[in-house]
Amino acid sequence: MSLDISVINDQGSAQLRIVGEVDMYSSTQVRRALLELVKQKQSPVIVDLNEVSYMDSSGVATLIEGLQMCGEYGGTLLIVGLRDNVREVFELTRLDKIFKIYQNIEAAMAR
Amino acid sequence: MTEPIITVRDLHTSYGHRKILKGITLDIYPRETFVILGRSGCGKSTLLRHLVGLNKPDKGQILIKGIDMVTASEEEQNALLRKMGLLFQNGALFNSMTVGENVALPLMEHTPQESSTIRIMTRLKLGLVGLSGFENFMPSQLSGGMKKRAALARAITMDPDILLCDEPSAGLDPIVAAGIDQLILKLKTALRMTIVVVTHEMASVFMIADRICLLHDGEIKFLGTQAEMRQSKDPYVLQFIERRADDENLDPDQYLQDLMAE
Repeated sequence: MSLDISVINDQGSAQLRIVGEVDMYSSTQVRRALLELVKQKQSPVIVDLNEVSYMDSSGVATLIEGLQMCGEYGGTLLIVGLRDNVREVFELTRLDKIFKIYQNIEAAMAR
Repeated sequence: MTEPIITVRDLHTSYGHRKILKGITLDIYPRETFVILGRSGCGKSTLLRHLVGLNKPDKGQILIKGIDMVTASEEEQNALLRKMGLLFQNGALFNSMTVGENVALPLMEHTPQESSTIRIMTRLKLGLVGLSGFENFMPSQLSGGMKKRAALARAITMDPDILLCDEPSAGLDPIVAAGIDQLILKLKTALRMTIVVVTHEMASVFMIADRICLLHDGEIKFLGTQAEMRQSKDPYVLQFIERRADDENLDPDQYLQDLMAE
């Protein structure tokens, strides 16, 4: 299944908005988009998951890679808008402990 | 009412002239733990193999998410199988590969994921089964229970929505076996899977089953919940629950007839 991914750049920071289901076959699109932002050394990279209705382990693994790559240049990756079922995946794998998760973009920007 | 995720209708199969399954009909619903129970040779593992298309039936239907496994195209079958995890009785880990490579293998074969992403996914799965830090071990360096956990990590590596387990506690001591049962329950809740378990262990049944199908001689002898099973008056069901050996049910007249038969 194809994802709809859009990027808004704003004074060094970037919002990555993902719409759809992130699974084994679509998460590579997220990875490509993250790699592009990492190449530009954006920070913070804010990943907006408000419109993500499903995310499997490949999706969370991709976000972990993104977090690690941002860290390599001193940047940060923030997550916003976790739906309950996606939040469960984060909690199951204890990733809620390593990601900074915010309710919405405003809260992430005001951190 | 929720639609079944697995439907079996009038399933017949045989090995040569020997009939193994004689008209099995059942429904399995999303997110339940369904146990197929029976003695060795009753056809329970054969039934499980049919669910994943490893065996073709003589007659009958097997629907997975509404798609007939018997008549589905190879492409349809493969799409269904990618979302079904199978834990084999002996674990079936590749001994020449590390634990991590075993868990990563389905991802490398069936997904477009990069090796760096696969490495993280493998570690996540090993963490879920309590084997964090064991990715570089060889299967031969693991205990029986750990091997089973590693095999379970591989079975769930593709994030299946149906997990099929063939005798998950076979060959394990009761404490390790109980640990595997608890892990299956934890994964079911956490990953929202439908779980089908084949076993002959009553301890497992009472720990994990939402519903039980008791097979005897290729036919369903009982189908229902644990509570319904405990209330059953059927002699064969009672024999199973009370773990009585066959000779306690010996009919002396029948036995004499069998011995004297021409």
